[in-house]
Amino acid sequence: MELYNLTIHELNDLLKKKEVTVREIAESVFSRIDDVEDKVRAYACLSADKAFEQAKKADMLIRDNTDFSALNGIPVAIKDNMCTEGIQTTCASRILQDFRPPYTASVIEKLNSRGYLHTGMTNMDEFAMGSSTENSSYRVTKNPWDITRVPGGSSGGSAAAVAAGECIAALGSDTGGSIRQPAALCGVVGLKPTYGRVSRYGLVAFASSLDQIGPLTKDVTDCAIMLKAISGHDPADSTSAAISVPDYQAVLGRDIKGIKLGIPGEYFISGMDPSVDRSVREAIKVFERLGAVIEDISLPHTEYAVAAYYIIATAEASSNLARYDGVKYGYRTKDADNLLEMYMKTRDEGFGSEVKRRIMLGTYVLSAGYYDAYYRKAQQVRTLIKRDFDKAFEKVDAILTPTTPTPAFSIGEKTQDPLQMYLSDIFTISVNLAGIPAISIPCGFTEGELPVGLQILGKHFDEERILQAAYAYEQSTEWHKRRAKIRG
Amino acid sequence: MLQYEVVIGLEVHAQLLTKSKIFCGCSTKFGSPPNTQTCPVCLGLPGVLPVLNREAVNFAIMMALATRSKIEPYCRFARKNYFYPDLPKGYQISQYELPLSTGGYIEIDVNGGIKKIGLTRIHMEEDAGKSIHDGSADTTLVDLNRAGVPLIEIVSEPEIRSPEDSVTYLKKLRETLRYLEICDGNMEEGSFRCDANISIRPVGEKELGTKTEVKNMNSFRFVQKALEYEINRQIEVVSGGGRIIQETRLWDSDRGVTVSMRSKEEAHDYRYFPEPDLVPLEVSTEWQEEVKKKLPELPDEKRERFVQEYEIPEYDAQVLTASKALANYFEESVRDYRSPKSISNWIMGDLLRELKLSGTDIDDSLIRPPHLSKMIKMIDEDVISGKIAKTVFEEMYRTGKDPEAIVQEKGLVQVTDEGEIEKYVSQVIAENPGEAEAYRGGKDKLIGFFVGQVMKLSGGKANPAKVNEILKSMLRG
Repeated sequence: MELYNLTIHELNDLLKKKEVTVREIAESVFSRIDDVEDKVRAYACLSADKAFEQAKKADMLIRDNTDFSALNGIPVAIKDNMCTEGIQTTCASRILQDFRPPYTASVIEKLNSRGYLHTGMTNMDEFAMGSSTENSSYRVTKNPWDITRVPGGSSGGSAAAVAAGECIAALGSDTGGSIRQPAALCGVVGLKPTYGRVSRYGLVAFASSLDQIGPLTKDVTDCAIMLKAISGHDPADSTSAAISVPDYQAVLGRDIKGIKLGIPGEYFISGMDPSVDRSVREAIKVFERLGAVIEDISLPHTEYAVAAYYIIATAEASSNLARYDGVKYGYRTKDADNLLEMYMKTRDEGFGSEVKRRIMLGTYVLSAGYYDAYYRKAQQVRTLIKRDFDKAFEKVDAILTPTTPTPAFSIGEKTQDPLQMYLSDIFTISVNLAGIPAISIPCGFTEGELPVGLQILGKHFDEERILQAAYAYEQSTEWHKRRAKIRG
Repeated sequence: MLQYEVVIGLEVHAQLLTKSKIFCGCSTKFGSPPNTQTCPVCLGLPGVLPVLNREAVNFAIMMALATRSKIEPYCRFARKNYFYPDLPKGYQISQYELPLSTGGYIEIDVNGGIKKIGLTRIHMEEDAGKSIHDGSADTTLVDLNRAGVPLIEIVSEPEIRSPEDSVTYLKKLRETLRYLEICDGNMEEGSFRCDANISIRPVGEKELGTKTEVKNMNSFRFVQKALEYEINRQIEVVSGGGRIIQETRLWDSDRGVTVSMRSKEEAHDYRYFPEPDLVPLEVSTEWQEEVKKKLPELPDEKRERFVQEYEIPEYDAQVLTASKALANYFEESVRDYRSPKSISNWIMGDLLRELKLSGTDIDDSLIRPPHLSKMIKMIDEDVISGKIAKTVFEEMYRTGKDPEAIVQEKGLVQVTDEGEIEKYVSQVIAENPGEAEAYRGGKDKLIGFFVGQVMKLSGGKANPAKVNEILKSMLRG
């Protein structure tokens, strides 16, 4: 088996036994990138030099028997919206072309201290606004399972890179499903942690009250390893929680007999792809066989989630993106006669159409006279959605749903219809509004060999429970072992 | 002619004297080279997050306590959105729906009485940077050293009725901030800034008239002039049958007028919403108590205490508590020599006059409290005369020397020895036989002439009371 196809824990075993070197791992991954990147186009920019430099250090630590920790020497891809000092970070936007941050995000500092190799920055929807990675200003990423299809988004580059073996694991960010939806569409594991579990310092903000960084990996064990590495309170992020981080790997393998899993009727809708419906229902049966107690539950305000989300997220985005004005950094229009014209041309030329659409929506809902009808109302709906989950979790330990209503759709299929595109996040959005954690894991394939994702939702700061359940399911199925057959 | 009542509400922005900025660790020092006190956070780089400076909250709580405001147990920061080059994030982090405190008041003297001016609210926010238009026509430079310096905004109720009261209110507010040592109150440097909302209404009318907002008044004098101008302008408009337009006007100090800047229709829609990057701020009663313990004595309390404790007139107490430094100076002097009224007289008279003449702060006065009280003690103990004391005082003011040393050096010790004074007196009588004759003949007023002559002869050192006494007996004899 090629090294690039292995998981973090498999490579760590080999490194511990000194059967491979970090350099060999890096070579395997970068030669895989050479082979398939032209087709997949997962990366916004590559950092081979940096990765091999980091590999030298990692190899030295292994040679000296000083660091066999899980992430030492593991090639990880980073979504193009997390700042690393000196490394171009564009959010796939023209307005941040050539932007090199003078500081490093807290999550990257954490990975650094654990010896990761930085393979590169992955492509995404501009400013994480989108569900297909087609909104990138630079390139369209393809789904490694079928390159005529989208990888999902907005962390489509990260999901595709993991699925294609162009990295061993990746970081993404999830505001309304941007980790879980592409994970499902690319057949990998993706986890959105509880809001406040992972520091957002250095993550270029889309919607501050919803954004959360999380891992995309090949299996649940890797997910637990990555989550442990990036979690924890950060004094630089006031919204990060001062709650200790458990050893997530410790719960993997624990029996799930008697665990109560809720099935919300609102998540099994008409119009859902039949093979998605079938795969998820079969997955529920697997949990039953493993001894879980399945209960029907209701999350009655689910139908208002998309509307509330597109008000809150766009409102925050309209403010977060105001700083891109051409004054201090990033793109500035070439010709403007006065300040107002400079602002307008810079932003007109720098932002793509979806970003502009959301800035306008967000500006509108916050405007005098509309605030109460939109923004305040949406916050009230958000509270109701949170309460739905609080109530449900009084009865059950975790909730099972499909991650997406359909498998990967064709490139160009939904670009002309923003509403259809927004609906592809219909099952993932409530989780962000409620701030709870959720994981998407592979749970089958369509007839057309496209991956299907199962979503497991947990209580606030109870990532352990969803990892435990996900691992139990993974160990009794084979889906996670399949690899996309893409070749160079 | 119809009489109008003036209605004024003031909004004051006060820069807090914290060492670091409100949401990052950068220094707040004034006057450093442009953009040297910045970091990713106050530059508003992509991905950064604010972290609230607890000391800034402490300072804001102090002002709320000092103005007897109600500190809200739960407040929130909010984003005020607008585009400007010196606003790096495109929004200012401020407070909106839930400010730090509500209510409270400031007491001001109005025509000898005390008037309470109610406060609407005190809230916290960050300052913006500075745009520098350096004369070259087509570029503006931006200095972000000031971006993120903590401010409190103190908003008064529309309860002020004249430009004079406005200035009194502002001075009182500034005095309080300075007492608390949370703001240096420098209007020229912009650490204490004021905007005014003004309207007029016919006397007796309950309803408020349409208001205008006047900005850009960076001295007390300009506040007075701008408000006077604006009130007259409004009265003229209304008396002429016109209507006041709700707008923002700028004070033009060169021309002495207010000019329209933007109308209500052109006003910004700031699209406030709760700042999602900061958790709500909860000021517990314990936190309040902690700050309360550190709260210094405030001007009003101090004034009352001075009257009680030192038995000095209300007026003296008022003057002496005008600044904390002056009050401390007085108390230090009294501590060394408990003669409060004479110390008060010297401070309010000679000392403050000299300081004012030379433009010196009380803290920089070369005369230190122990020397002042020693000098006054020397007068009271007849070591020097009041007249000599003036000379000593001048020397002290110039050199900062100990009054004892000055008296020694210059031989200024008062002559109280009767034998010595008799010698002076005999000499003066001998030299002025005509005047002596006239005195004896009933011209009592001439005693002044003789005292003057004796004092002159003694170089001012003779004890005037004794001189008087001896002169009278010897002239008669």
